[in-house]
Amino acid sequence: MNQEQVRTPEEIIQSYQDTFSQNISETRIERFTTGVKKTEFVHIWMKVNRTVFKDAIKHLFQFDKYPHFAVSSGYDTADNIDLIYHFSIYHGSRDKELSINIKVSLPKSDPTLDTITDLIPGALISEQEKQEMLGVKIKNIPKDKRVFISDDFTKDVYAWRRDETGPYKYARNLHEVDK
Amino acid sequence: MSQTIKTTFQLPIGPIHPALKEPVAFEFEIDGEQIIDVNVTLGHVHRAIEWAARKRNPIQVLYLAERICGICSYCHPMAFALAVERIADVEVPEHAQFLRVIHAEIERMCSHILWAGVAAHEIGFDSVLFLTWEIREKLLDLTEYLVGNRVTKAITMIGGVRRDITPEMYPKIKETLQYLKDSFEKLRRVYLEDKTFKMRTKGCGILTKEEALKLVAAGPTTRASGVKKDVRVDQSYFAYCDLDIDYMTPDILTGEVNGDVYDRIIVRLLEVKQSISLIEQCLEQMPPGPIVSEPKIAKLLAKLKKVDGEGIGRMEAPRGEVFHYVKLNANEYIYAWKVRAPTYNNIMPWIPMLKNQQIADIPIVAASTDPCMSCTNRIIMIEDKKTFILGKEELHQRSIQKTRRLHL
Repeated sequence: MNQEQVRTPEEIIQSYQDTFSQNISETRIERFTTGVKKTEFVHIWMKVNRTVFKDAIKHLFQFDKYPHFAVSSGYDTADNIDLIYHFSIYHGSRDKELSINIKVSLPKSDPTLDTITDLIPGALISEQEKQEMLGVKIKNIPKDKRVFISDDFTKDVYAWRRDETGPYKYARNLHEVDK
Repeated sequence: MSQTIKTTFQLPIGPIHPALKEPVAFEFEIDGEQIIDVNVTLGHVHRAIEWAARKRNPIQVLYLAERICGICSYCHPMAFALAVERIADVEVPEHAQFLRVIHAEIERMCSHILWAGVAAHEIGFDSVLFLTWEIREKLLDLTEYLVGNRVTKAITMIGGVRRDITPEMYPKIKETLQYLKDSFEKLRRVYLEDKTFKMRTKGCGILTKEEALKLVAAGPTTRASGVKKDVRVDQSYFAYCDLDIDYMTPDILTGEVNGDVYDRIIVRLLEVKQSISLIEQCLEQMPPGPIVSEPKIAKLLAKLKKVDGEGIGRMEAPRGEVFHYVKLNANEYIYAWKVRAPTYNNIMPWIPMLKNQQIADIPIVAASTDPCMSCTNRIIMIEDKKTFILGKEELHQRSIQKTRRLHL
């Protein structure tokens, strides 16, 4: 474990609220149990305002020197694109790891967000994926290239969008076509 | 007099590569035999599975998730099931939690032993490949005996598993575990004591602890660099919290961590041994009870249709953490699903691993993270606008020749 002092989920949420006050919302702590001994594990969720997103990620480094970034997921909510960055901290000792999921909502009119690759270089592929699948723009991304979709695929079509920029016109139901 | 200018060459490998099981493209910058830089491109087999799931209900997605990967055909649907169970507050019976551990550990052993064979093949030991795959065959027989299928297991259900393991089945499981224990010593001698294996793998493809942490590597790749990270121990799921389990890092055996290919072999072999012990513990401790919380699928689906929420499912697959995010919005179909396989995180660490290595080491270094991608046959070498095609055989031959050279 790389952290100096292990904080409880409540202390982590409190620390975020103290630092970012109004910019943190929808905080929740989910507690689950598993096994015969009913061992507890915790998932923390919070939503941050885009303006403090980068600082909110930086804040994680206070709890663990190397927060583990799993992946970012995202979806289209009609007006916005929601991205969720999934982290875990405190790995390295039994049943102490906490999952922290940080959500950020981007308006479709300006879906831009800061890169976190300067803090966690391993986040590059995940950021590239969000650019090509959801049409968000990651500012200062070190490698602004497609990673999963080939370069010759139509621009301005985003596979995970549910609006007119979605891939529906490219997807045909087999029973609707002759071949 | 004309002046000689020393330049580097570009060596594209892929979108197909002999060491891999699925396509990926590397662009190497090489100086003679030495790799100076490497660039990786993905996506050649992107099948839009996450998008396809939008028109499926959670039970149908289980079978779709199973088809993400042939080797991890248990981890993906299980991680998805974990996420859905957390959203919908589905309690998994204790008996089923132990059954889930048994299946996960059998899959881990199958994968690690398969990998060991591939690694031996990459450096020219095809007899060892057949030795390991003979051992794996017994495990596939056991898988077939327990779940009815050898590869695509179809054992996962939201709230439990689909088939029970009864005490009458224990002797067959114990017999296979005994066979594995007997074979383990042979494997250990071949992989860890053989002089040539050591020469090809020690000091090769090094990933430092700091790089592993910064590049968020997962699974045996990160543990071989000394990072204590294993979801089974860090954040327990199934019945792992009730079992005796610890992080497998190479210093357990050798007292030191180098983060090279040799260390990755050690970690995987130690984990095979650990898996045997975990299954034995499960057979001893497994409480009786039902195998699934809701056996009627229509009833389960009706419940899931009303659920609104989001959740994550994490599981330690053979190659590292499998991560699933699921969002349900009180609809028949799932709203969003993100699948993160461990190779997704283990792509970036390839770059420091491959730098300063030789071309002949590409197959073993690339294979050492056990990447989950498929394989086709050739690489193209472009030198001063002349194109050479290096076939799979030729690249493989280079690797074998290096092994032979070491013997001279």
